[in-house]
Amino acid sequence: MAKTARRPATPKPRAKPQGIKGRKGTKAQMKLFEEAPAPAAAPAPKKTEAAKVADTPPAAPARRRETAESLAARQREISVSEFFTKNRHLLGFDNPAKALLTAIKEAVDNSLDACEEAGIPPDLEIGIQEISEDRFRVVVADNGPGIVKAQIPRIFGKLLYGSKFHVLKQSRGQQGIGISAAGMYSQLTTGKPVRIVSRTGKGKPAHTYEIQIDTRKNMPEVISEGSAEWPHDHGTSVEMELQATYKKGRRSVDDYIAQTALANPHAQIVYRDPKGETLTYTRLTEELPREPVPIKPHPYGVELGVLLKMMKESRSRNLRGALQADFSRVSGKVADEIAAAAGLRSETKPSRLSAEEVERLFRAIPTVKIMSPPTNCLSPIGETLILEGMKKAVPGCDFYTALTRSPAVYRGNPFQIEAGLAFGGPLPADDLCDLWRFANRVPLQYQQAGCAITRSVILNDWKNYTLQQARGALPTAPMVLFVHMASAWVPFTSESKEAIASYPEIVKEIRLGLQEIGRRLGGFLRHRRRVEDAEMKRSYIEKYIPHIGIALREILGFSAKEETKVVETLKETLERSGTV
Amino acid sequence: MSRPAAGAKTTLGKIAKQAAEVHQKILKHQKPSLKFPLRSLSNVKYDPKQGYLEMRGRKKERTLTVSTVKTFAQTLRMMALSRELVQQDDIATKREAYYVSKNWDDCRFLEQTESDTVMDDVEALFEVNREQLGFIPEEKGGEVAGKLFILDKDADSGKTLRIDCTKFGSGAYSIPISVEHLGFETDAKFILAIETAGMFQRLVKHNYWKKAGCVLVSMGGVPTRACRRFIRRLADQQKIPVYVFVDGDPYGISNIYRTLKVGSGNAAHLNEYFCVPQATFLGITPQDILDYKLPTHPLKDVDVKRARDAIKNDPFFQHHKAWVKAMEHLMQMGVRAEQQALAKHGLNYVIDEYLPRKLSNTKAFLP
Repeated sequence: MAKTARRPATPKPRAKPQGIKGRKGTKAQMKLFEEAPAPAAAPAPKKTEAAKVADTPPAAPARRRETAESLAARQREISVSEFFTKNRHLLGFDNPAKALLTAIKEAVDNSLDACEEAGIPPDLEIGIQEISEDRFRVVVADNGPGIVKAQIPRIFGKLLYGSKFHVLKQSRGQQGIGISAAGMYSQLTTGKPVRIVSRTGKGKPAHTYEIQIDTRKNMPEVISEGSAEWPHDHGTSVEMELQATYKKGRRSVDDYIAQTALANPHAQIVYRDPKGETLTYTRLTEELPREPVPIKPHPYGVELGVLLKMMKESRSRNLRGALQADFSRVSGKVADEIAAAAGLRSETKPSRLSAEEVERLFRAIPTVKIMSPPTNCLSPIGETLILEGMKKAVPGCDFYTALTRSPAVYRGNPFQIEAGLAFGGPLPADDLCDLWRFANRVPLQYQQAGCAITRSVILNDWKNYTLQQARGALPTAPMVLFVHMASAWVPFTSESKEAIASYPEIVKEIRLGLQEIGRRLGGFLRHRRRVEDAEMKRSYIEKYIPHIGIALREILGFSAKEETKVVETLKETLERSGTV
Repeated sequence: MSRPAAGAKTTLGKIAKQAAEVHQKILKHQKPSLKFPLRSLSNVKYDPKQGYLEMRGRKKERTLTVSTVKTFAQTLRMMALSRELVQQDDIATKREAYYVSKNWDDCRFLEQTESDTVMDDVEALFEVNREQLGFIPEEKGGEVAGKLFILDKDADSGKTLRIDCTKFGSGAYSIPISVEHLGFETDAKFILAIETAGMFQRLVKHNYWKKAGCVLVSMGGVPTRACRRFIRRLADQQKIPVYVFVDGDPYGISNIYRTLKVGSGNAAHLNEYFCVPQATFLGITPQDILDYKLPTHPLKDVDVKRARDAIKNDPFFQHHKAWVKAMEHLMQMGVRAEQQALAKHGLNYVIDEYLPRKLSNTKAFLP
């Protein structure tokens, strides 16, 4: 792939940018991978603008030995699976420790999403078995609705196959890459297929599959299939063997599972670690989170390319109808306003609009006031459950607080920030505080430095709340900070979903949340200091007042009784006074 | 060691009065307070008619609160200790007083500097000399040689002792801590107060006092209260001038000479007694450095700071334009010269040339 990319005179690089951009795209773009045209058929039919720009700088025209024809002979489709085989770091498989975490995380994300969508309180079993020092078997089983037999191979054996990509609502998975990429990594490092057991209901058989991916074709390859005994009525179990290392401490699988339990208080998680010890996270609530409702995109977030395609493919008779049908919060009146602002007639047939006209439409959108998108696509954890979860995850602290902010919008996408903290107790006082980041209830373990949450924490002035903070660093305090972003579309900085992009609106919301919990902490700390001061005051009085009695008695020669009276009176006077 | 009974009574009375005030306040459920005169240069003024740095009367009030309770208790206990000493006609050195406090449990001093400060506070509070409170310093008072008989009393017999200061050979008479009871007989024409023991030794060894007809006093740095009082009483009684011979640097001028002549800002309530207004400055002057081509050292940062401070904050220097000029001259040259620098021209150049030449024109001495 890398080699091809350095030969920009080919139409091929198209495959890469579009493949990545695909997560913002739609079905049509997905097809690119599925219905790949015969390799090297047409020599550069549509040379894109980007390709032209890339053309000029690296090429050294003087020493050209290739001809357009000779290049064309080698130009062919790259399967997305092949692409990711070579670029596994993009999916979070760049080192063995991370690979173990990512594989488990992808399976857990799918399990939790499936259970919630089916309205089942999740029961997860996660097991890690050490086969050798650098080889582990991972099993993640859930009590979800199960998967229809025919779908199993494609879900686990094909990249970019999923149910969530085309729907705008809060969910853990987005692209349909994760679990199949994990399977691909396992296949790549151990040669073993992924093993799936799934049952969709009582009285139905449990299917078993062993699946590999044909990376050339990005198609599943079924190694074996059959049925088996399954102790549960419904659910799915994924098992894979992979090259990995298991470690403790920060960014460990153990931490990830503990934080997952915190962000998913409605789930029960049983975790068996490689040492064979079993840890059970019981659920804090039987109540499932509010089910997020899918929404249509909001006009403020649309990109020109997408708008062009929407208009072209629209089945509506006129522009007004098209805008109303494809977007949320666009009434007939708002649609007319947008059209007017673009200098277009609302009655125009959308598919008839020229590219230039669509661009005018695109530029007109921000000038029209449109109501914020609906927020019922969001499902925050809630203050009470964050608080309870923090108390369970970081027990014995002196102070806990949590809050859920009102929903806000970035680029037309609704999102909601939740923040919490645990302070004091057993936490180390001289270290930087611990920052737990979450996106749609998924703990983010890597790329802390590049994340909007980290940036917001650093930008906030924690000295206001009597904490220490070095310039450009997290505050130094015995503290665990919790920040959760719930959104219909979380803007991750990469496919491995480890860091949130720093949109100003997002940073602002996070900071407002941090400021509020910071103020609460400041209040607590100031109150505590007052109490300590009062205590010190009392001890000072106890210590030194008697000496004033002794000195006065020595000088004035009064009785012991008088001395006691002086000491007692003075103590009263000082204790009553507020001066310290 | 004896003390005038009247002084003791006054001290005891002052302590008892202050303690009674505190006691009454406490019984009234009020917070007692002590009013101390502010002990710094900013709280003194200089009037040449008075001849010393006078206190301006600004006070700081220490009210008993939780944060001052420790010092407050220590101050009262220090007063009680003083009362006991005065009553029993005993004394304690500053160091001993510090050790006595070790018996005060939580109230004890951790460092002697703490107890010294509290002692200075009490002294200023009652506007008395610390000796009147029963506390004495460890420091030596200074040394005397020359044409002088000192009248003291024998501690056992009470007989008058007539001490001949010409008869100490290459040694000298040591000034006691208290000098109020001393009498003097002399026909000396002036007193020469010298900064360093080294220069004093040279002048004594060569019987300079005989040649010049004077009394030599070695101050050994900043003169102690006893040394200042000794020179003052001698000069007052005999109506003779006092010439001061120190290093030509800001320390010699502003710390040693100024303190001898007009007292200090720190214990300003005592300056009236511990000053020598008739003193004038023989040398080494900044001009001497040029006139005698003396070897020099560059001024250090602390020297420059001291000189600036004198010009900016010291009422004595501010009053005398000649001094301001001399200080500025010194800073402009950026050097300092020690007394012993005269040895460049021969060890006894100071006796044979420098002092006679200087003394031939005492009118030109800096004020």
